[in-house]
Amino acid sequence: MEQKTCLVVDDSRVVRKVARKILEELGFACSEAEDGLKAMESCANSMPDAILLDWNMPVMSGIEFLRRLRKMTHGTTPKVVFCTTENDIAHIQEALAAGADEYIMKPFDNDIIQTKFMQVGLL
Amino acid sequence: MKVEDFDMFCSLLKQRSGLVLTRDKAYLLESRLMPVARRNNMADLDALALAVRTKRDEKLLEQITEAMTTNETSFMRDGRPFDLFKTVVLPKMLEARAAKRHIRIWSAASSTGQEAYSLAMLMEEEKHKLAGWRIEIVGTDLSAEVVERARLGVYTQFEVQRGLPVQMLVKYFTQQGDKWAISPDLKRNINFRVFNLLGDLSVLGQFDIVFCRNVLIYFDQPTKAQVLAGIARQMPKDGYLFLGGAETVLGITEKFRPVESQRGLYYPA
Repeated sequence: MEQKTCLVVDDSRVVRKVARKILEELGFACSEAEDGLKAMESCANSMPDAILLDWNMPVMSGIEFLRRLRKMTHGTTPKVVFCTTENDIAHIQEALAAGADEYIMKPFDNDIIQTKFMQVGLL
Repeated sequence: MKVEDFDMFCSLLKQRSGLVLTRDKAYLLESRLMPVARRNNMADLDALALAVRTKRDEKLLEQITEAMTTNETSFMRDGRPFDLFKTVVLPKMLEARAAKRHIRIWSAASSTGQEAYSLAMLMEEEKHKLAGWRIEIVGTDLSAEVVERARLGVYTQFEVQRGLPVQMLVKYFTQQGDKWAISPDLKRNINFRVFNLLGDLSVLGQFDIVFCRNVLIYFDQPTKAQVLAGIARQMPKDGYLFLGGAETVLGITEKFRPVESQRGLYYPA
């Protein structure tokens, strides 16, 4: 079976590193982007199976990226899991309306990432 | 801990909750009972053991039993049993109870309530099929403390992220500061109560579906057989029993049989 791919989008290098480690242990081949615009470029180049997405980032926010992604060719394919400190219901609803598949409220651990990726059918 | 104290605590726990502890679990006993000792102004476990022997204080005995019971749980724990419930068990029950339009479900070690609320959410998702039906969910646990938490239905951010799809979080919870409270509508059909599985199960009445997951693993063989026989008496022949992934009825009781190719699901024999 072909290895699933995940793009980790977060402006924090530490968060990217931790999330990447967890996702690689779950069998994903990971790439990284530090803001929404870089993530757009990455997706235009190669659409991943999953995207773990921060909300607040410089240049382009996670929610703006998601809205643009869903309009791209094949942009509805990736499962998008938000992973953010924005932990109020209004943000969650906004993310779902923009096309997010799941939502992780930071802080996260291996268990939470694993169950959320299972819920969207990637594990 | 002195060997005679360890044996005394083990015998107490076995008698009151069915929990079987082996010598290699002495560390667990010590780590869980030290807070009980401190809460009761005792310096160490020697003092706690002495109090148990001399006072027979019911409150203290309850605290000891509760401290040793495991409350590990999560929403939609293990996923598959809930899929089975939705795709196999519920459709069969809707057919079998079409005349009565009443289903009773028992979450037999409900801990802080996540299993019972998960079932209530699944039922709500299927409500288009349940117009005019009465669905009753009973959640029981040995620990008064966790039953109170279950009744309250308020969970931490960490708890609502373990197993619960975010769409259900948004639909069935309201945010209260950094906590999440289950909707009063879902609570309405659930009755949580303190109950010991070693007690007289007939007081709970009959159940069409029983979830008794990850409980039997803590019991010895005769206690497992006793509990399963008790559950069987409370179920009609067309009922369903869910056990945990590491549990089985095989070699323990003839009262239940596995449902073919549906791991973890059993029916009364």
